[in-house]
Amino acid sequence: MALIEISGLTKRYPRVTALDALTVDVQSGIVGLVGANGAGKSTLIKILLGLVAPTTGQVRILGLDPARDGDQVRARVGYMPEHDCLPPDLVAAEFVTHLARVSGLPRAAARERASEALRHVGLYEERYRQIGGYSTGMKQRVKLAQALVHDPDLLLLDEPTNGLDPAGREAMLTLIQRIGTEFNISVVVCSHLLGEVERICDWLVAIDAGRLLRADRVAAMTVQRDVLAIEVDEGTDELAKGLAELGLTVGREARLLLVPLESDETYDVILGVVAALDLPLHRLDQRRHRVAELFTEPEVVDVVR
Amino acid sequence: MSSVEPARAGVIHDLGYQRYTGPRLGRRYATLSLYTHSLRTAFGLGRSGKAKVFPWLVVGLVFAVAIVAVVVRSQTNVVFISYLQYPDTVGVPVLLFLAVVAPELVCRDLRAHVLPLYFSRPIARPDYALAKLVAMVSAVWLLLAGPQLLILLGGIFAQTGGWRGGWHEFTDFLGGVAYSGITAVVYASVAVLVASLASRRALAAAAIVGTFLVTAPVVGVLSIVGGSLRELAPVLNPVTLVGGVKRYLFHTKVGLDLGIYGPMYVAVALALVIVCTTLLLARYRKAGA
Repeated sequence: MALIEISGLTKRYPRVTALDALTVDVQSGIVGLVGANGAGKSTLIKILLGLVAPTTGQVRILGLDPARDGDQVRARVGYMPEHDCLPPDLVAAEFVTHLARVSGLPRAAARERASEALRHVGLYEERYRQIGGYSTGMKQRVKLAQALVHDPDLLLLDEPTNGLDPAGREAMLTLIQRIGTEFNISVVVCSHLLGEVERICDWLVAIDAGRLLRADRVAAMTVQRDVLAIEVDEGTDELAKGLAELGLTVGREARLLLVPLESDETYDVILGVVAALDLPLHRLDQRRHRVAELFTEPEVVDVVR
Repeated sequence: MSSVEPARAGVIHDLGYQRYTGPRLGRRYATLSLYTHSLRTAFGLGRSGKAKVFPWLVVGLVFAVAIVAVVVRSQTNVVFISYLQYPDTVGVPVLLFLAVVAPELVCRDLRAHVLPLYFSRPIARPDYALAKLVAMVSAVWLLLAGPQLLILLGGIFAQTGGWRGGWHEFTDFLGGVAYSGITAVVYASVAVLVASLASRRALAAAAIVGTFLVTAPVVGVLSIVGGSLRELAPVLNPVTLVGGVKRYLFHTKVGLDLGIYGPMYVAVALALVIVCTTLLLARYRKAGA
């Protein structure tokens, strides 16, 4: 059974169509949901949580219909909103305990799991401090802890690295990866930064203007052949011509020439041409395809960093 | 703790994750949890010392009034403040309590955008609004009924009628706490609605005091005009409205002159509560989306 099954999902607001006949199945694991701001990610999350009814189409999450069994879905799903959502004058442990009870955990279990959740996000020592005194990074961790506190089967994280510095982003992504792999909880990470989530995700779902662009395993996307990047100090055009004459597909990227790496012989062929033309070779290295390059539609350009 | 590097905020402790296999209680439990949390918040419990100061100042004040009533009664054997008079006697502290606590319960969640965290859990929007309202009603009722209980205890010892007198004292007390309940429901539904419409706590507090105070002179002016207006005008102010309900329901002999309009006071009070609750639910249908 797929974790999330979406078929023909459309959501129209009076002025905009947020989701347009979206059909995609999402398997368990860590799933990156990428799209520019306004692509329909937040609307999709609200529909998954049963907070917004779809105009047409079907959604099943954890085998349940959120439009009908909203509270059952919400008891099994943890949600981390994009924006600030913490009361500054409460103590973190107290607040997370309270939310655990609202999720349906009995009092003692709520207190215990709140401490655990805060420990897992790395806030054990600071948990009896008021949230207002926390740094942005610590607040993001509290937000993650409250989503995790009732041991959900699925986490929906909306832009979890929002407002964090590079080190904070790195720590947050590592934490999410741990949750997905070691805690064995499926995670959907929404982001407008493809480059950021591709590292930790098993699956990527890219949407734009409410439509599906592409959904696939990250492994399947990166399996494509690597390329060689060649840079010469002069004579780039001649080199390109020479390589093309030998039947290689040559791409240009600024001062670089990109040639698909067919086999180890490709290196010899290139070096042969460079030597024959007597060109000053500056660099010749192997580049891995980034997933970002696989979304070639022009609309995705602003998605990619 | 490793001796190589001191533990820092960023360190993720590796102690393994345990799945939760215990019971998951549903929407009713969730709503009840929010109710108890809000009721505790009303008295500053589970919060910083600063947040406790004001509620407990008011609690101290209303109990002090009750203690005075008990002492005067035991010394002079004259009923100084009756159970039905008591809620009106402490009207000002109760109003201040409403002005501070209602925004505390409602505005903080709105202002800090906490609502998405609630609505992504097994609690629905009407559940949230009603839990907050009922918590406010309970807090005001406790604030009034607690001291009334103290007056009852004092009264039972002071009265000289034996079992009969004690029973009489007790029925008077029941009437008093019922009136406290009516007061709490009317005041709280107005206060919570007003607070939910204001975004800032200070603004909400001012607006609550405003709705109670601004309507008072209106009542006064209309009463001077005379005629049936004198008997009708008090419905415009929550305080005099509740006073009129008391006059009609408990047949008290002092206070407002209602003429033939007694039942109307009950109807207006009921309508006010229904309208305020409906508007509150409407407010939360969209809030924090």
